[in-house]
Amino acid sequence: MMASDSHNLLAALSTALDGGGLDVIDLTHTLDPDFPVMVLPPEFGQCARFRVEEVSRYDHRGPGWYWRNFSCGEHTGTHFDAPVHWISGKDLPDATVDAIPVDAFIRQVAVIDCSAAAAADEDFLMTPEFIRRWEAENGTIEAGSWVLMRTDWSKRKGAEYLNLRDDGAHSPGPSPDAIRYLIDECDIIGFGTETVGTDAGQGAHLSPPYPAHYALHGAGRYGLQCLANLDRLPPKGAVLVCPPLKIKHGSGSPLRVLALVAGGAS
Amino acid sequence: MAPAASRRGYDGVVAAVPVTVPYERYSPQVAHWWIARALGELVRRAGIAPTDIDGLTVSSFTLHPDTAVGLTQHLGLTPRWLDHIPMGGASGVVALRRAARAVQSGDASIVACVAGDANHVDSFRRMLSSFSRFAQDGSYPYGAGGPNASFALLTDRYMREYGATREDFGKICVAQRDNARAFPHALLKKELTLDAYLAARPIADPIHLFDCVMPCAGAEAFLVTREDIARDLGLAPVRVLSTIERHNAYPDDPVQLRGGWALDRDELWAVAGIAPDAADLLETYDDYPVISMMQFEDLGFCAKGEGPDFVRGHTLTAEGTFPHNTSGGQLSVGQAGAAGGFLGLVEALRQLTGAALGKQVADARIGVVSGFGMVNYDRGICSSAAVLAGGAA
Amino acid sequence: MTEALKRPPRKDPQKRTVSPTLPPASRSRRALGFLVAAAEGRFVLQRCGDCGAVAHPPREACATCLSVNLDWHDMPEGGELIAETTIRTSTNTYFRERMPWRAGTVLLDAGVTVIAHVHGDVAPGARVRMIARTDKSGKGVMMALPAKETENMADDRQLRELTCDPKHRRVLITDGRSATGLALAGALSGAGASTVFAGIAEDWRPWQGREALAAVDNVEIVALDLTDTVSVNELAGEIGGKVDILINNAEHVRPGGVLDRSDIVTARDEMEVNYFGAMRLMQAFGPAMRSRGADGVNSATAWVQISSIYALSNWPHFGSTSASQAAALSLGQCLRGEMAGSGVKVVNVFTGPLDEDWRQPLPPPKVTPDALARDIVSGLQQGLEEIVAGDVARDFMRRYREDPRVLERELTQIEGMG
Repeated sequence: MMASDSHNLLAALSTALDGGGLDVIDLTHTLDPDFPVMVLPPEFGQCARFRVEEVSRYDHRGPGWYWRNFSCGEHTGTHFDAPVHWISGKDLPDATVDAIPVDAFIRQVAVIDCSAAAAADEDFLMTPEFIRRWEAENGTIEAGSWVLMRTDWSKRKGAEYLNLRDDGAHSPGPSPDAIRYLIDECDIIGFGTETVGTDAGQGAHLSPPYPAHYALHGAGRYGLQCLANLDRLPPKGAVLVCPPLKIKHGSGSPLRVLALVAGGAS
Repeated sequence: MAPAASRRGYDGVVAAVPVTVPYERYSPQVAHWWIARALGELVRRAGIAPTDIDGLTVSSFTLHPDTAVGLTQHLGLTPRWLDHIPMGGASGVVALRRAARAVQSGDASIVACVAGDANHVDSFRRMLSSFSRFAQDGSYPYGAGGPNASFALLTDRYMREYGATREDFGKICVAQRDNARAFPHALLKKELTLDAYLAARPIADPIHLFDCVMPCAGAEAFLVTREDIARDLGLAPVRVLSTIERHNAYPDDPVQLRGGWALDRDELWAVAGIAPDAADLLETYDDYPVISMMQFEDLGFCAKGEGPDFVRGHTLTAEGTFPHNTSGGQLSVGQAGAAGGFLGLVEALRQLTGAALGKQVADARIGVVSGFGMVNYDRGICSSAAVLAGGAA
Repeated sequence: MTEALKRPPRKDPQKRTVSPTLPPASRSRRALGFLVAAAEGRFVLQRCGDCGAVAHPPREACATCLSVNLDWHDMPEGGELIAETTIRTSTNTYFRERMPWRAGTVLLDAGVTVIAHVHGDVAPGARVRMIARTDKSGKGVMMALPAKETENMADDRQLRELTCDPKHRRVLITDGRSATGLALAGALSGAGASTVFAGIAEDWRPWQGREALAAVDNVEIVALDLTDTVSVNELAGEIGGKVDILINNAEHVRPGGVLDRSDIVTARDEMEVNYFGAMRLMQAFGPAMRSRGADGVNSATAWVQISSIYALSNWPHFGSTSASQAAALSLGQCLRGEMAGSGVKVVNVFTGPLDEDWRQPLPPPKVTPDALARDIVSGLQQGLEEIVAGDVARDFMRRYREDPRVLERELTQIEGMG
C-alpha cells in the first residue's frame, strides 16, 4: 500500500467514525466494587476487588480538585489475559502485557452467538461442531482474528452472574476441543467471553482443567473476559480495540474494550 | 504510750475586735479583696497600723493560686508568724488556738485571724468538683450532690438511729431564722415557719431546702493578743478558757453519727474549769441542722441520741432557754466559704462583749463555739471547740 | 418493683438530639485500678499487703499500718444499705438531666463503707449485691443492686445508664454471613433488640445461612463490605443514625506468619478487614454514634470489637492475623479516647479459637458461635467493656495479666502455646 493510500484510509476512517457510518460500541462493564470477580478456593490467593478511596473532593484535602486512588487485581472487571497468566504460557516470549506486540489489540472479530444454547443450559460447552456450523453460516474465521463467545451472560446481575453453587460456578464456555480447534484450525489471536473467565464455570473438571486458559496461553494467544454488549456486534466484520494497560511484567489488565461496527449493524 | 500531757490554759491571752464584712450572694470580687476588707476594718477598729500585725492566720478556699504567703506581699504585711488554716468550718477555733499559743509564747504579739472567700456564679460547682481526692474518687461521681448528698446520708442514718424528725431539725432552723431577722448582715431574713420549713422542696432526701446553707461571698476576722495590749488599745477582751481540735476521729464508724468533740470534750470542760450548764450561749457549726444536733450531744449538753429530746425541751432563740447561733448561723446569714468557720466565733466575741449587732443574749458571760469542717469523703473530718469568757480576768 | 421499660416511640424529627453530658470524670490515677477491674465487671478494692486491711476510697497508703503495699483484690459483693438519699439537685449537668438520683452508703461485707449508686428495688436497710461498672464518663463506679433478682431489674434507669442492654436498641452486626453473625443475631433478637441489621458482603456470593439469618426475628439484611469504603459509607448513610450498638464480628483469618508466607497479599487482606475495615466502620458510623450517646432509651451505647486473644500477644501460628488484630485493638484504644465524652462504650471482646473453618485443625477447647454470642449479649447487658470468651481466652488472660512479657516468650518458644 502506498503512503498516500494509507493517508486516505485513515482519513476515511476518521470520517466514518465521525458520524460517517462507523459506530463505536463499548464492550466494557463499569469498574464497580460490587462487580463479581473470580472466586477461588479460599486457601489460594484471591483476585483483589475493585476499590476506590477518595483523596480529595474540593475540600480540605484538596480544595480545587477531586481525585481518588483505586486498587484492583490484574484480572478485575472487564480484563485482558496475557499468555504469562497461565503456567502453560510462562516461558513464551513477549507473554506479558507490556511486551505483547500492539497490533494484537486492534483486530477483526468474529462473534459466535451461543446465547440460545446458554439460556437452555447454563453449563453449555461450545463444541467444534457448533463452531463449524457457525462458520458454515457466516464464513470461516479468519486467521489472526479475535473470537468472542456471545452468551448474553453479561445481562445477568449479582449472584446470577457467577451462578455459584455448592459445587462451584455454573456458566458456559468452550469445550477443550473447541478451544483447540480455534487455535489450531482457525489460528485466532485471542478468545473472549461475557463470563468471568474464558473457561466454563465448571472448567476445573474438564481435561485439561481450565482448557481455554491452558490452551490459549500455552499457544501464546490472549483472553478477554467480562465483556458486555456482544449482542450489538455482527457475527463478522467488526474491529475490536482492546489495549491493556502497559503494566511491567503484567499478567493481564483491566481495560476498556471497544468495537468498531458498520453503521446499523446492531 | 504515755498519757497525753494535760493541756495548759491560755492565761493572759484574749480575743478581740470581731469583724464581719457584709456578705453578698454573688460578687465578682476575689478572695484577696474580701480578706483585705476584713483586715482593713480590723486595724481601723483596733486603732493600729497594718505593720503592727506581727502574726497572721488565713483561711480561704478561693485564694488559689495564692496561699497566706502570697497574701502577705499582696497586702503589704510583714508578720513574724504566719499560718494557713484550710480547715473550713473548723478554721475559726483552730485559728484562735494557734494564735493564742503564738501570743502566749511570745512568737507574736498581735495576730490577725482572717477568713474570706469569693463566690462567683460558678464557684460552688468548681469547688465541689475538686474538693478533695476522696470526694473526687469516692462520692462526687455518685450524683454530684455535693455536701447536700453527703449530709443527706448522714441525716438519714441519724434519724433512723435516734428517732430525730424533720420537725426537730425544723425547730433549730426556725429559731436561727428568728435570730437572723435581727442580725443586719444576714442574707436570709424572711420569716420562716415550721410549716414552711416542712413544705420546702426536697434537695436530697431527707434534706430539704431550709436545711441547706446558701453559699455566698464574705469575710470575718478577729484579733488575738495579750490582755495588756488589748487593755492599752482599749479593746473589749474575751478570754480563752479552753480549746480542742481533732481530725479524723472515729474513722471506723460506718456513718458519722458523732464528731471529734466527743473524744475531747471532757478535757475541754476540765481545762475551762466549768461544766456545760455554765454556758450562756452556744455557737455551733450549722452547715446542716443535724450537725448542730450532734454538737449538742458531743459537747456534752445532752447524751448521745438525746439531741432530738434536747431540742424539743428547749427554746433555741437568743432569748430562749438555750441561746444557739444567735446571729442566725450560716443557715440564715449565709455560708461565705471558710468565713463560715469564723461566723460563730466572731458572733460569740460580740455577744460576750455586749456588742451584738442583732439580738443580745442577756448577761452573756460564758460562750461555747464549735467548728466542724471538711467533708473529705463521707463525713466532716475536722472538729474544734472553744470555751470563751467575756470581761477581764 | 421496676417498671418494664417501654419501647421508645419514633424520634420526633423536630426535636434537637440531646447532647451527651457526663457524670464527673476526674479521678486520681490510683482510682484507675478500680476502673480497669470495673470494665471487666470485677468488684475490687485495695487491700494492704502487710496488715490485710481493706481500703476505700483508693489511696496511696494503708490507713491502718501506713504500708504503701496496697493492691487491688476481688472482694465479696455483699453488703447492707445503711443510709440512703434521693438527690434532687446537683451542680453537674449530667445528673441534673437525670434527677432524681438515688445514692446510698453501703457497709460492705468486706468491712468498709462505700458510697454507691442504688438500684430502685433496694429497700432501706436491705442486703445488697455490689457491682462495679464504668459510667458514661468511662470511669469506675459502684452500684448497689437488690441481693436477689427482681422483676425487670435491668430496666432500672440508673442501672441502664451503666449497661449497654440491647433491649429496645438497634444493633448492627458487620458480618452476617459468618456463624458468629447468625448466633449473634439470634441472641440479640432474643435479648429484645428492636432491629438487628446484619451486614452481608458480596451478595453475589451465595451462602447457605441466608435463610436461617433472614428467619431470625427483627433481622434486616443489609449490604456491607468492610473492605469497600463506598459500601461502608453507603450503609452508614442509610442507617448510621439508628445504630445503637455496633458489633464488628468481621474477621479475615489465615494461618501463617511472616517466613512461611512469601508476600503481603494475604496480610493486606487481613489488614483490609481487620484493621482498615474497623477504621472504615469507625469513620462512617462513629460520628453519629458519638452524637447519640444520650438519645433516650435507644441511645447509642456500645462499639463492640471482637478480637482473637492473640491480638494481645502474637501467636506465630496465626502470626500475621494476630498482628492485624493487634493493630485493630490499638485503633480501638484510640477510638475509646475519641469516644470519651459521648457515653458510648468501646467494648473489647477477646475470644479463644472460634469453632469455625479457619481454626478447624486447632485442638479443643474452642468457642462455639453460640457461646460467643451469649457472652457478648450478657456482657452488653452487664455493661462490661472487656469480655473474655472461652476457656482458652480466660487462661490466656490470666497469664497476660500476670506478666505479658513472659506470655510473649511462652507463645513464641518452639512449642508455642496452642
